[in-house]
Amino acid sequence: MSRHRIVRTMNYEDEYYDDDEEYSHSVDDSYCISPSTAAQFTWSREKNVNFAAYIGEGEVINEEEEEAEEKGSTQRHDSDSADNTRLQLSDLELAQLNSCLEEARNILGESVPESVMSDVIIQNQFNLEASVNQLLCQQDAPKPQREPRQRRNRSQASTTPVKTESDSSVNTVQDFTVSHRKATTGPPALVTPSKSTSKATIGFKTDEIQKSTPPSSPAGSRKSGLKLKVQNDCTSAASSPAKDSRKASVKSLSAHSGLADTDSASSTKTVTVSEENGSSTSAIDSSLRNAVEFMGLEGDQETIQTSVDSMKPVAPLPKSKLKSSKIDVTSEYSRRHGDKELLNLVVIGHVDAGKSTLMGHVLYQLGTVNKKTMHKYEQESKKLGKSSFAFAWVLDETDEERARGVTMDVAQTRFETEKKIVTLLDAPGHKDFIPNMITGASQADVAILVINATKGEFETGFDAGGQTREHALLARSLGVGQVIVAVNKMDTVDWAEERYQLIVKKIGQFLTKQAGFKESDIFFIPCSGLTGENLTKPPTDPCLTSWYTSGITLVKQIDDLKPPTRPIDKPFRLNVSDVFKGVGTGFNVAGRVGSGYVQPGDKVIIMPAGVTANIKNVFIDDQPVTLAFAGDHVNLTLSGVDMVNVNIGSCLCDPASPARSATRIRAKIAIFNIDTPITKGFPVVFHYQAINEPAVIKRLLSQLNRATGEVIKKRPRCLVKNTSAIVEIELERSMCLELYTEFKDLGRFMLRSGGHTIAAGLVEELLQTKAVLNGAS
Amino acid sequence: MKLIHRDIDKNNSGSITLVPEEAEDMWHTYNLVSVGDTIRSTTIRKVQTETATGSVNVNKVRTTLTIQVEGIDFDTQACVLRVSGRNIRENQYVKMGAYHTLLLEMNRQFTLTKQEWDSVAIDRIETACDPAQHADLMAIIMQEGVAHICLVTPSMTLVRAKIETNIPRKRKGMCDQHTKGLHRFYDQIIQAFQRHCNFDIVKCVLIASPGFVKDHFADYLFSQAQKMDDKTIIDNKSKFVLVHSSSGFKHSLKEVLADPSIAGKLADTKAAGEVKALEDFYTMLQTDPDRAYYGIRHCERAAEQQAIEVLLISDELFRAQDVAQRKRYVSLVDSVKENGGEVKIFSSLHVSGEQLGQLSGVAAILRFPMPDDDGEDEEDDSEED
Repeated sequence: MSRHRIVRTMNYEDEYYDDDEEYSHSVDDSYCISPSTAAQFTWSREKNVNFAAYIGEGEVINEEEEEAEEKGSTQRHDSDSADNTRLQLSDLELAQLNSCLEEARNILGESVPESVMSDVIIQNQFNLEASVNQLLCQQDAPKPQREPRQRRNRSQASTTPVKTESDSSVNTVQDFTVSHRKATTGPPALVTPSKSTSKATIGFKTDEIQKSTPPSSPAGSRKSGLKLKVQNDCTSAASSPAKDSRKASVKSLSAHSGLADTDSASSTKTVTVSEENGSSTSAIDSSLRNAVEFMGLEGDQETIQTSVDSMKPVAPLPKSKLKSSKIDVTSEYSRRHGDKELLNLVVIGHVDAGKSTLMGHVLYQLGTVNKKTMHKYEQESKKLGKSSFAFAWVLDETDEERARGVTMDVAQTRFETEKKIVTLLDAPGHKDFIPNMITGASQADVAILVINATKGEFETGFDAGGQTREHALLARSLGVGQVIVAVNKMDTVDWAEERYQLIVKKIGQFLTKQAGFKESDIFFIPCSGLTGENLTKPPTDPCLTSWYTSGITLVKQIDDLKPPTRPIDKPFRLNVSDVFKGVGTGFNVAGRVGSGYVQPGDKVIIMPAGVTANIKNVFIDDQPVTLAFAGDHVNLTLSGVDMVNVNIGSCLCDPASPARSATRIRAKIAIFNIDTPITKGFPVVFHYQAINEPAVIKRLLSQLNRATGEVIKKRPRCLVKNTSAIVEIELERSMCLELYTEFKDLGRFMLRSGGHTIAAGLVEELLQTKAVLNGAS
Repeated sequence: MKLIHRDIDKNNSGSITLVPEEAEDMWHTYNLVSVGDTIRSTTIRKVQTETATGSVNVNKVRTTLTIQVEGIDFDTQACVLRVSGRNIRENQYVKMGAYHTLLLEMNRQFTLTKQEWDSVAIDRIETACDPAQHADLMAIIMQEGVAHICLVTPSMTLVRAKIETNIPRKRKGMCDQHTKGLHRFYDQIIQAFQRHCNFDIVKCVLIASPGFVKDHFADYLFSQAQKMDDKTIIDNKSKFVLVHSSSGFKHSLKEVLADPSIAGKLADTKAAGEVKALEDFYTMLQTDPDRAYYGIRHCERAAEQQAIEVLLISDELFRAQDVAQRKRYVSLVDSVKENGGEVKIFSSLHVSGEQLGQLSGVAAILRFPMPDDDGEDEEDDSEED
């Protein structure tokens, strides 16, 4: 009712005006003229050009036009067209000019007036590279904020200053580009011409001036958001492959090119140079081609070749925002991969073999632990009368561990070597803490098996009852492929070669014959954790150097290990190994990303609780990161979920494909050397990632031949030592498990009973969950 | 358990009057009573009386009822036995055929009448009435983050409390969270222990764990007791025994009981004896598989050949509802005994009994090897599944 009254007295104009303000306000409306009006009457930098020098070569333009149109024009394109018409360019030329302008702007930013740019572009017959080069030469220096990237790209190759060369090569480049254009016929090239030529530019420069100089160009390196994957692929190939691969197309192009410009001589020369270089790069070519095709580019061979070439030296394709995030991730991954490879390293061995001391000393020598802290440890350990434990204190941090001089839980640190970033997991050696050791080993890629060389000690550790065997077997069964055997405490036996050789022989035999390591994946290093001999620096002790001629240090050997391929393309999985309160809101979970990747802001499902949570932050080694991949040890800050829903053993997973949980599984197990046979109803402790849960072996389905895997006996009554079998295992409560066939790392488990590891297993099938089980019974 | 009256005729039918005296006796009673028996005991019943004017009074009356058993329910935590069935002897309050649930109570006698008392049942009464002093045992089995507090009596292992906490791991520069978590965990155990442990009954407290957890916990326990001036713990300090176990899960109790170093502490060795027998069976299975049989079919076949030296059988099988089934097991036990074999009846509440139960409930160590017959094996297996 009241409304009506107001309506009657209302000032309609005001009302409508207000409405406008409220609901249909937009930026455009706040200007009182339309864009076209604005274009006509307002001053614009690009209109104010003197295009006296425009000349176009018909043919060239034709080619370019197709490409340019294919590329799709942007708004700038449209707005520019108004002024360009005035300049009496043909449509084709216009399109070309626009695309060139756009590219140039991308590269140069707003530093150069558009009028100048278009001038230069037309001068250079719509050759973007040449124009850009020219423009750059005019400018004194590249824009400062781009510099870091440029430097970084170059650092992978050599640091030859390209800038100085660019002047001399401009002409060559131009010519080449022109001929190149002409030859490219048929389906339009999807890659922007500028790029391919820019690449060419680089290649030529280096070829001409310095054959061995790897390609790099100011233009290319300036581009942000590079297609890194491709770049990475080819970085390894260094410079010459890139030139070589380009060779073919260049040659054919120059042969075809009807228009030999004045400078064509130099162009041909270049080609010959690259021809000389070329021979070995077909592999790289093809891989690049795959990459290109993968990116959705189409076209004939030549086009692809062009784009392939274009990517090689500096990979200048700007990363498209439309591209699926997966590609971004792979490229991001390979970028980091290119930096330094990540390696998860577990240190295992019999109790008192000197694992913590060895690694503590390595950390000290590498500078991860500073002198002051070390000094403090020395003083404190001396006070307790355990001065020899000073280095172990670096890793053993709890009071109890220090007081007892025994590592009890896995300590995790990170250090860097020349080529690797190593996540170090220092496992406890005492047999009561094998569950902890399993947690560590299940997160590792490679292992250092520390052997105590002292007389008598090696024997007790290696013989029955020692942990050397059990640890090695566990590590192998948990997917550790490579092992460095650090023969420690060699100083106690005066670096005797016979002792070393004896150990090498015994351990080597055991590791290959019983544990199933490949001989090529076992490395032996004599060292001393206490004195620090042969850890990071080459050995100096004359007793050692007299026979240890290779001089490979422990750290060098770690550097030489190969990291495994990581399942970053699989759905995200993280098995929680620790839940704790961090600083700030929410709480933290720690664990190793089992597969896939994770970034802050991701939604995840926590299984088996089945609740969703948000990831607020991702930390690697206490540093916030934007992306973490399979293999990384991360701390995640979670929000939107109660702490009681997350336990050790919970699985954070991708909401799109959550992990399944089960209470009953079918598994293939390999039984170790056990005293009591396994029957059905046998109670075991089921170790999986960071969890240990009581379980019962419910049924023995079949006994298998260990080597061939064929069924020897169906429904055996019992399983004796050193056999393989398929069994059904019932867990006390629901657990998140993965099939071995789907996630290798996450499909492995261990069975222990009475303090001994009795079997290693692979999950074959998840049979039922608790709910189903109840319903059935 | 006290035997008051026994009247069993030569056909093995008759009645027995018993007075249960401790919680354990309830377990024995549970194993004795089966469906179809009659049981007589005093009980409290709500009785509705209607006066001439039509008003209704509800009174609780203590009366003695005889019922024919239809359902038996045993609560392991409270050690209470409820037997339900129909009234078969009418009295002034309860009509014939009215349903009633008897709650068998401690120190209140009951009379159990069976059509047929088999040897196993009679044996059980004998063991139950054995006046030998029982030692009750408290066991705290723990590992970091998991603890089980169990009461072990000769025929029962009762989990009194299960404690699970998340203890943050040690991490660089953040050890205090680990320590704090650990102390919280210990505090929880101590609380549960104080709630459940009655030192009048408990003769020994085992603290078992892998590694140093047990030592650490014992230190903490005594220091806390000192702090809080808890006399019961300080006075009984000598009753605590530290033992090694491989994990903190319940089935590790088996290892603990098998530990010879504590065998002396255990006045009653039934639990330990069961563990030993099962160990023997597994050892035999390893060394001579043809002399270790399990599964009812196999064992019966071995019994026919008089081959059984030791028969391990779970008491669960005698609680079978099916009379024929029960008779089958009883006759197996009888035949083994006749032939000079030893019969060990495992309590299904013990860890070893649980394991035997998983292993079909019957196992036998044979006197001589009997080769295995594969064809039958499969049939057998499928039957058990």
